[in-house]
Formats: sequence, structure tokens, C-alpha cells
Amino acid sequence: MKIKQTKYMRLSGLEPLILNENSNFINIGERTNVAGSRKFLRLIKEEKFDEALDIARHQVDGGAQIVDINMDDGLIDGKESMVRFLNLIAAEPDICRVPMMIDSSKWEIIEAGLQVVQGKCVVNSISLKEGEEKFIWEAKQIKRYGAAVIVMAFDEVGQADNYERRIEIAQRSYDVLVNKVGFPSEDIIFDLNIFPVATGMDEHRKNAIDFIEATRWVRENLENVSVSGGVSNVSFSFRGNNGVREAMHSVFLYYAIQAGMNMGIVNPALLEVYDDIPKDLLEHVEDVILDRREDATERLLDFAETVKGSKKEKTVDLSWRENPLQDRITHALVKGIDAFIIEDIEQARQAAAAPIEVIEGNLMTGMNVVGDLFGAGKMFLPQVVKSARVMKKAVGYLNPFIEAEKGDKQEPVGKILMATVKGDVHDIGKNIVSVVLACNNYEIVDLGVMVPPEKIIQTAIEERVDAIGLSGLITPSLDEMVYLAKEMQRQNFELPLLIGGATTSKAHTAVKIDTQYKNAVVHVNDASRAVTVVGDLLNRKTSNQYVADLKKNYDEFRTKFLKRGKEKSYISIDEARNRKYKIDWETSEIVKPRELGIQTLEQLSLKELLPFIDWSPFFRSWDLHGKFPAILTDEVVGEQASIMYEEALAMIDEIIAKQLLKPKAIFGLFEANSINEDDISVQKKGKEVAIFRTLRQQLKKREGIPNHALADFIAPKETGKTDYMGAFCVGIFGAQELADSYRAKEDDYNGIMAQAIADRFAEAFAEYLHKQIRTKHWGYASDETLSNDDLIKESYKGIRPAPGYPACPDHLEKETIWDLLDVEAQIGVKLTESLAMWPAAAVSGYYFGNKEAKYFGLGKITDDQITDYSERKGIKKEKARKWLHPNIADQ
Amino acid sequence: MSNIYKALQERILVLDGAMGTMLQAYKFTEEDFRGDRFKDYPTPLQGNNDLLSITQPEAIKTIHGKYFEAGADIIETNTFSGTTIAMADYQMEDLVYELNYQSAKIAKEVANEFTAKEPHKPRFVAGSIGPTNRTASMSPDVNDPGYRAVTFDELRIAYKQQVEALVDGGVDLLLVETVFDTLNAKAALFAIEEVKDERSIEIPTMLSGTITDASGRTLSGQTAEAFLISVSHIPLLTVGFNCALGANLLQPHLEAIANKTDFGISAHPNAGLPNAFGEYDETPEEMGEQIEEYLKKDLINIIGGCCGTSPDHIRVIANIAAKYKPRQHSEHILEKH
Repeated sequence: MKIKQTKYMRLSGLEPLILNENSNFINIGERTNVAGSRKFLRLIKEEKFDEALDIARHQVDGGAQIVDINMDDGLIDGKESMVRFLNLIAAEPDICRVPMMIDSSKWEIIEAGLQVVQGKCVVNSISLKEGEEKFIWEAKQIKRYGAAVIVMAFDEVGQADNYERRIEIAQRSYDVLVNKVGFPSEDIIFDLNIFPVATGMDEHRKNAIDFIEATRWVRENLENVSVSGGVSNVSFSFRGNNGVREAMHSVFLYYAIQAGMNMGIVNPALLEVYDDIPKDLLEHVEDVILDRREDATERLLDFAETVKGSKKEKTVDLSWRENPLQDRITHALVKGIDAFIIEDIEQARQAAAAPIEVIEGNLMTGMNVVGDLFGAGKMFLPQVVKSARVMKKAVGYLNPFIEAEKGDKQEPVGKILMATVKGDVHDIGKNIVSVVLACNNYEIVDLGVMVPPEKIIQTAIEERVDAIGLSGLITPSLDEMVYLAKEMQRQNFELPLLIGGATTSKAHTAVKIDTQYKNAVVHVNDASRAVTVVGDLLNRKTSNQYVADLKKNYDEFRTKFLKRGKEKSYISIDEARNRKYKIDWETSEIVKPRELGIQTLEQLSLKELLPFIDWSPFFRSWDLHGKFPAILTDEVVGEQASIMYEEALAMIDEIIAKQLLKPKAIFGLFEANSINEDDISVQKKGKEVAIFRTLRQQLKKREGIPNHALADFIAPKETGKTDYMGAFCVGIFGAQELADSYRAKEDDYNGIMAQAIADRFAEAFAEYLHKQIRTKHWGYASDETLSNDDLIKESYKGIRPAPGYPACPDHLEKETIWDLLDVEAQIGVKLTESLAMWPAAAVSGYYFGNKEAKYFGLGKITDDQITDYSERKGIKKEKARKWLHPNIADQ
Repeated sequence: MSNIYKALQERILVLDGAMGTMLQAYKFTEEDFRGDRFKDYPTPLQGNNDLLSITQPEAIKTIHGKYFEAGADIIETNTFSGTTIAMADYQMEDLVYELNYQSAKIAKEVANEFTAKEPHKPRFVAGSIGPTNRTASMSPDVNDPGYRAVTFDELRIAYKQQVEALVDGGVDLLLVETVFDTLNAKAALFAIEEVKDERSIEIPTMLSGTITDASGRTLSGQTAEAFLISVSHIPLLTVGFNCALGANLLQPHLEAIANKTDFGISAHPNAGLPNAFGEYDETPEEMGEQIEEYLKKDLINIIGGCCGTSPDHIRVIANIAAKYKPRQHSEHILEKH
């Protein structure tokens, strides 16, 4: 056949969709159609637009190149739903990257849809049903909105149901569109009506073949147009027999595409590969589609009885238990199922010459599969940690046998020392990396938290480790890492040094650590990278080249980074003070706290904190990225995230039931005034009890943009007004013990889970307490009604900045809070020498209640402020420099 | 009808440079912006550059003249914010017709002077149509991604009013520019089509999008080619890009659309990227070198400057443009077939 085509349709979402002579069949997603999907209809009726979006996303991920959206239902406001849904889709780049098809029988819905989509859409549909005048007017509007159009084979007389009527209406529609409207012919798509076959009625016998032949005529005679249709209609009479339906769709498409049908609505789940259709079924189906025999329908009906449902129907089963032993072990490791592992390992042990062979053979074979899948991004971190749990359980079972035989221990591929540096107590990330490395057959020497540098050095020598991994979460830890690198250099170490933890960065590693140590230093902030990095470092053949490349890479990165830093300029601290944030204290509302003084809170149930949990960081700590709750349905990590979420909730239930974690808090509300520009004098009944020292931004900014310090949010003494502020500390006790109890049972997965949950509770507690402060104890926002989402987005009045964080990076200020509230004696939260809090799941900070108070980042400051700050604070300048180190501008 | 089509066949046409940058040099005060007529106006008016067409028309004319002297073929009216939507900030919605009409009128006066002096080089006025300060396909409210601060119809009505006033004031063509949301642009094109239809006139229209970052997408998320497809339903004089990037960074995006359209191609990039103080410091020569790369690659029909460019930049660009032939666009497409 000769298709007439000189121009090709071009559509767009965020990305182009261009047809050309090589284009494959364009698949239109149809599940977002209230007429075609009961589920979608229900979701729209119930206004569950988030879930409705998931359906659209699922289609695009499944290969739909255009998304058809239809809201024609008597029980919903079609126009409003269309606009709302399209607006929401516009905010989802993974959906709106493809063009939209606006599907309605009502013009007002079509037009409303066209008005909210930026890309070039398709309108579905218009026709001559109500005469030429309306047809022309609508086509003209569509052209002006910049969309392509589906034209139904329908006219004033009715719907085309045979070959002749199809081409008659197509020809007439084409002539009107091209000649009277000036519609671009390549933007015309004909829907030539796909009707069911094998209905038992004689007049339906030619339904498929007429469509196919009409398609051929249209593509050969009407230049540049496309032909589309809804494929599932053709098999309507075989509802319930998916095996036959799948074959019918495939056969129909096979012939229709040859005839020039180039797009259509097809459910990919109901499609068989043409070549895979059994020959006997194929023959019967082709007889029906192509109307080859008088008795085709009867024959197919009879034959259909023998065709059992779809091949694709899945059953949940334990069939993997019937596989050979090695497959079962691998399956258990990959899926993290420990239910049968002892039984399988025992079987393997009996078959093996020595128990060690089970580890080196069966288990390592399985773990290699895990490693490969993880490396290829087909498994996620929590799954790998679960694999490790199964592995540990198996090894734990085998160990007594191995020892009994006094056999050789399994030879690890390398030995890695892991430690959280001195003064720091955070180790979730370190533990995850340790587990992942252990899974890959590295022996881990874990020195735990708050490890002094001497101990790291000494252990590295004694244990003859192959690499050292350092972790830290708070800023002073960075200096500890630099110190350790210097020490390793001084003692002529050659081991690679791995750096990780929330506060570390490639920039800091390149600029501050790499320069101190002549051997390899690598920033690894992603557990999934740890295995490859360590593998490359320890590979005897290639490590020299790898380290040389690494050094070069860091050198280049450093040069670039340092260059970039120089473009910023700073103003003097005096000038910055002149540009302070000015609150009009004459009019600014100051609310006196209802309860001045210090209070502790120990009788709180964790249950109360549940609604305040922000789950997104929980998933992030497992390298699962995305926002909660959307992450639960994420295409990539959703399944895994949902499993973890379930497990976390189960553990929380247990924690609450057995009171395994205990929250404690202390807070105080005080009179306060800012003094000497940047300090805050805290008073009890007019008598000064503490002074908070705040730091001021010094970055040169545009005219009119202030240089903030926290002191700006408190009324200066000179105003004669008494203002107020607060301080607090919350801690979650028992996490370490809980995690240790899991580790004692070889269950690192739940050990890490327990710590991550404790961290979430600490943050939730801080959020809860802040709300109590705002609405009750201070009471400046007693009428506040905010959802947890609003809390996470910090939509409330007032702030609670924490020392060590961007607005007030000086950790030393924690000492002032500890003195003021007597934190350690009252609730037991301690400060380490690096001023990290212990227990690690703890939050402390200030409360500012002014409605103009807001979070900001200090940024870099210059030497004059360091001098001034150290004098105000009464500490040596060197000490101030040490603690403010990450915030000092390079000059 | 305008003979811009003829001029476009013969040579690369040069568009003017920045208006805002030039106005900054005048250091107009609040009083200057107000003039006599608005001295008691209830809102602050400093910064309402479009208003200067009424209160400081001589300054606007002088700047137009400087760009023509520098070699520009086309100047843009001082109407970038001339819609009721953008003027709402100054409570000057009622003034929109007059602002556009006056701006068009004074620009056309200057153009006529130059055309009279140099009849071999006719000068044109493009009515500048900015993006407004609202986006039709994005929500300004992070908590409600389905919310829209402006609708298609509101934009269409506002743009239609601006287009009518510009046409009444005598512009030769329209320039829908700095398009960061394609849906806004589609509303503008819809309005232009309505005016053309109602008045039975033809008016050449240039459309210029903005690619905001290195990802090569508009602010509303479209790739350069998706943007092109979304605005190609209306016959355009040119399609292209302006603002946000310097000339060298704009080049790949121009290349992405140049061989995919039979419209002309325009570009008016910024004078480089702003430095740490928000100033543009690329010299005319530096910018000229980069623009010459476009011309060597046969990418351009209309070339000019956006933020940070001055008559000195345009002079250099005009001299370079004179050395090259315009892109033969319709043939480009025909070759493909």
C-alpha cells in the first residue's frame, strides 16, 4: 500500500512526540477515563486525586505515549474535574512529559482542558454529528488553541458502521477541515469506529475487516492523517476469557497496523505477542477477525472453552520452595526471607564436605547475585540489609559446626575499620555501610562511636586493616577527620581513608582532608557506592591507577571549588550591623508567656508524638529518596518503601507497648532583650541569668536585603520593652540499648531501624513541644490549627533554631543552654567534647516567638566578627576559630 | 502591509538591546517617575518603567534613537509590562491602553525619522509583549499544586487589550517575548489571532521563549523542541529565545529548533550571565564574538540583545550581522523532505 504522507504530526508535553515514517504504533493510555475505569471513576468521585495521578503515572511508566483523560460522568462535575486533574498533572513532570488527550463529548469540557495545558494536545473528539457549522466552529477553536484532533466517523445520519460509510464521512470531514478551516492535515486523526465481532449477529461479522479496509483507504487517500481506535472493543463478546481476548487484540492490531492504523487505545496487559499465539487459536481468531468462514464465530466459541485464562495471571505461592537447593538459598538471600534458611543450610551442610564450603559456596553464590543486583540498581539498600540478616543467620547457624571441625575460617576479601569520630555519636550511616560491606564479604572492625584518633590508629595497625572509614554528623567532626588524616600522614600510613556522614561533602574532603594525606581519600556518602569504591581501592591490579585518578579528580575539584568561592564578597561586621533586620518595636506585638520559668516533661507517651513524625528523612537514611507519603507508591522504590514503612510501624507498636524508648524534655521561657547589637540577655525577673551570643551574616547583599542575626528578633534593651525567648532540649532514651539487643541477635537490620525510629521520635518530640509552646506554655498562637504537613513545612509563627545548624552554627552555645536549663542534671542529656548530644536521638535549641522571626543561613563570616565574637564570649580567638571553622570565609 | 518580509529575505535584521539597563543610567527618582500627572498617585511608581513613556517620553525616544543609530532595524516598544495583570502592582490597570498606545506612537515617530533619513534601510517597531508576572501552568502555592494564580481567559483578555492598543499606536509587528510559561504565550497568540480575525488584518508576530537553565528547559519544564511544537500552530514571523542566558549558552537551544521549523529564527541573549552583584559585564566585543558563531552556523534571521546590552553591543552585533546572509529557513525544511 502507498500511504500518502508529506507532513507528520508533532505533539508535545514537556517533551516532544513526533511521528515520522519510522514511527511505531503510538499507544494511548486509557485508564484515566471515568467511562472505562471504575477505579478511576471512584477516585475522582471521592476526590482522591493523588491516587488518580498514580494511575496516570503508571500508564506513562508502562509505555503510554499519550494520556487520554475523560471525565464524562453524570455524577461528577466534568469541567471542574478535568481542569483540576490537568492542573495537578502539570505539576508531575513524569506524567506531563507526554502529550495529553482531552477526551469529552462536551465542548465546554474540551475547551476548559485546552485552556490549562501548555503542550500541544489532542482533542478527542469532534464529528459532523451535529452538522457542519458546529464542526467548523469547534475545529477553528481547536486550531487556535494549538491542538490536534480526533474526528469520529459520525455524521448527521449516524455512526459509520460499514466500509462505505466510513470512507464517505472521513472524506467529507477531511475536506471541511482542510479546505474550510485551514486545519493542518497532519493534525487530523480519524477514529473509524472499532466494533465487536463474534457477537452471533450476522451484521457484525464484517466489523473488524471493514475497519481495517477503511483504514487502508483513508491512509492511501487522505494525505497526512492518522488513524486511531479503541482496540478492546473488538473482543467485547469474549469478556471473561482473557486468553482469547489477548489473541484477538493481537490479530486485529497485526492487520490494522499493516493497513495504516498508527495509533490507538490498547491495554498492554491484554495483549499477546502475535508470534506466541498457539497456531490453532490463531487460526480460529483470524477466521473471525478477517471474516474468513461462515461458521467462524461458532468455531471460536467452541474452541474458547478449551482456552484457559490468561497466561499472565499471577499466583502468590511458595513454588520457589520446590526449586533446587542453591536456587532456594539464592532466592532467600535476594528476597531477604529467613523463614526457611536454617532448614536449607542444614541440607547444604549435610551435602558438603566441610561446613565452611556452605559459606564459600552456597551462600557466597547467593550474595554475589545480591551484589550484582544492588550494583545494577535493581535492589535497594533496605533489601540488601535484609539479605545480610539472612546471611548472618545462616553463618550463625554454621559457626558451631565450623569450630567443631576447627576448620579454617572463611577468608574475607578485606578488612575495614569503621568508626564515628571523637565527640560524635551518630552512627546510622556508618552501620549501614558496615552491613553492606559485610554482605560483600569484607570483615568489619567497628569501633563504634566517639572513637578517639589514637584508638583508630592503634587498631588499624594491630588489626592490619585494609581501609579506614570515618563517619560524622556534626560539624566539629570535620576537624576530627582532618586531624586523623594528618596523623595518618605523619605515621606514614598507606591505607585508603573513606569519609562519610551527613555533614561531610566532596568539597570539604577535597579541600581539607585530601590535602593532608598523600594516599587515597574518598568521600562516600552513599552506601550503595561503598562496595564499588572499596573494591576498586583494594583491587591489587588496578588500585594504583584508581588512586592516581582519584587524587587527580580531587585536585581538579578542589581547584574549581576554590576558584568559585572567591567571587563572593563580604562586608564588615559594623556595616552588617547597620544593615540588620529591623522590626518596628513600636508596633510589633510582644506576647508575654503564660508560664515563665523552666519545666520538664517526662510523662509523655510516645503515642502522642506519632502524628508529628516526618517520615521523609527516615527513608532518606536508607538511601530511599522521595517525599512521604508519595514515596510509598513511587514506581522505583515504592514497594520497598512500603515494606519498610510497615515494618517501622510494627516496631513502633512494640516500642510503645513495651515502653522501650523513653522521651524526656526540658524547656524554659524567659524575659529577654537584645544588647550590644548581637547578644541576647536572658533574664529572670529582671536579673540577667544568661547571655546568648548570636552571629550575623556578612555576605554583601543587594540594597534593602538585611544581614540577619537571631538577636534581631528580640527587642533591644533601648526600646524599654520587655521581650521573651525560650530554650529547650528533648531526648529519646533507650535507642542504643534497643539497637544493641537486635545486634546481639545478629539482626543489624532492626538495629539500624531502631536507631532511625528513635531519631524520628526526637524530631517529632521537638515539633510537638514547639506546638505546645506556641499554643499553651507561651501561648502566642493559641488559636493555631495546623496539620502535620504544615508543621513539616514550618508554616507556623516563630522559630526554633538549634545551635550547630545554619542560623547559629556555633555548637558552643549549647553549653549556655545546658547551664541555663541545667539539662544534664534534670533530664540526663549530655554533651560530648565535640558538643554532640547523648543520647544521639536528641534536639536542642532556642524559641523565638516574634511573627517576623524566620530561619536563615549564616553563610560565611570574616575575621573581624571572629575577633568581636571571641571578645564578647570571653574565649580565646583560636577557640572561636576552631568552632566556627566551617563558616569562616577564605580570604 | 509591512515590508519586513522583504527585508528579512535580504539580510539579517537587528533588534535593539535592553531598555531597562539604559533607563537605569538616568537614575530616575520617584518624582521623575510620577511627573506632574501622577504626583498624587496613591501607590509608589518608581520602577514602573512602562510609565516613563508618558512621564519621561524624551528619555524613551532618546534611547530608541540611540539603538537605531547603533544599527538596529527593529526597536521594541517600552511595553514589556503593559498588561492589566502586570500593571496591577501599581494599580494602573486603567492606564494600560494609553501606555501601549503612547509607547507605540513615540517608537514609531523615531522609526519614521530614521526611515526618512535612510530610505534604503527601513526601520520597524515591534510591540513588546511580556510574559506578565503570573504563570498559567504552574502553581505559586507549594501546598496546592492544582492552584493557578491566573487563568487562560484572564491572560487572553489582558493580552488582547495590549495588542489592540499597540496596533492602534502603529507598531509594524508584535513580539511575544521572554516566554517562561508556554501556556501564557498560547493565550497571547490566541488573543493576537482574535484581533487579526476581528479586524481582518495581518500582523507579523515574533515569539521568543526563555530557557532558564542549563537543563535546556523553560521554567514551565518544556524542552526547546516541545516549546517549539506548542507554539507552531500560528504562523509566526520568527520563533527563538531571549534573556536568562548569554549568547554562548543560548546557542545549543537555537540549534535544537533551527532545523525543525520553517519559521524564521530570532535570538536576543543577555550580555552574559550576571555577576555576583547582579550586573552584566560582558563587553560588546565578547558578546559579538559569540553571536558571530550563530551566524557562521547559519542559525539566525533576527538578532538583538536583552538584559545588560547597550547601543555599543548592538553596534558591534549590527556590524557582524552585516557580513552574513540570513538563514534560508523555508529551504531548510524542504531539504528534509
